[in-house]
Amino acid sequence: MIYLQLFWEFFKTGLFAVGGGMATLPFLSHIGESTGWYTQAQLMNMLAVSESTPGPIGINMATYVGFTVAGVPGAVIATLGEVTPSIIVILIIAAILQQFRHNKYVEFAFYGLRPASTGLIGAACAGVIVETLINTAAVSTAGVDWASLLKWQGLILAAILLVFTNWVKPTKKWHPIIFIGISAVVGIVFRFGGV
Amino acid sequence: MKKYWELFITFAKVGVMTFGGGMAMLPILQREIMENKGWVTEDELTDYFAIGQCTPGIIAVNTATFVGQKLCGALGGIVATLGVVFPSLVIITILAGLINNFSDLAWVQNAFAGIQVCVCVLILNAVVKLLKKSVVDKRTLVIFLLVLAGGYALNVSPVVFVVLSALAGIVLKQLEVKKA
Repeated sequence: MIYLQLFWEFFKTGLFAVGGGMATLPFLSHIGESTGWYTQAQLMNMLAVSESTPGPIGINMATYVGFTVAGVPGAVIATLGEVTPSIIVILIIAAILQQFRHNKYVEFAFYGLRPASTGLIGAACAGVIVETLINTAAVSTAGVDWASLLKWQGLILAAILLVFTNWVKPTKKWHPIIFIGISAVVGIVFRFGGV
Repeated sequence: MKKYWELFITFAKVGVMTFGGGMAMLPILQREIMENKGWVTEDELTDYFAIGQCTPGIIAVNTATFVGQKLCGALGGIVATLGVVFPSLVIITILAGLINNFSDLAWVQNAFAGIQVCVCVLILNAVVKLLKKSVVDKRTLVIFLLVLAGGYALNVSPVVFVVLSALAGIVLKQLEVKKA
């Protein structure tokens, strides 16, 4: 029963992903790996579309992944699965709001949770970087083919984007959708997909 | 009934206008929920938003549930959440259908190959931003590095890391309190 499994996987994601939309990425990556429902490259495309369309990224990703796995019902079920734990947790917290805000154990737990959440996103990030910028086919039992190990076109684009999103004053405030649009054009012009 | 409908429509509007997520939502909530509707005070909204960020799940959903339950109880929380996710469901489903139809075209594949590079950079930027907020001392740095390495190398569910790190936080802080 794929719908039940879909709901359960997203329920877990909604319950354990702390820190908003991007924090769901490592969970979605793990779901893809363990179920084979979608590849990491597909997940990256879904993330790009989710960042470029209206709506919270986390919800957009849940909807998109759900749709990819099981069509329109899948989209609805994945999204409902992801928001159900939020509703339950928040309704409980709202009832005990004052105690929650000043509970030292909650505060202590978050001291450990925050860097862990960042670490998980960082690990997912390392995974997608390897996937996108390194040609894994160049590493084989015969040794490493250094000449084709790195995807140079992609690395150059990544370096340029890194500079413009972090250190160039007027452009670093731009919305990600602009950089995504530019990258799409660069990808088409220089045939990044190799087709 | 009218109240629930208003809650649904207002949060659907917030959902459409939220572009990106998390932080991008706060100014929209301030305008729609606080100034236009007067449903919450500034202090309440700040509280909801702060708690929404540090509880599990999507920040937008957490905040919507909070505001909804304040106005109309538990059912209100559910209605507000359904409102905030409704636009995503419609827009993404239509887009996903379109993209899946065109994904065989060469230029679409090339475009997405370019976009994937951009996504790498965007995620990296997000990690750097989060690092500044979450790694505050040596111990949090160790937790970050351990989870980073473990998350990359081991094929275990992220749930394991989340539970262990919450426990680690409690134990470390508790020891610190005892010492002092």
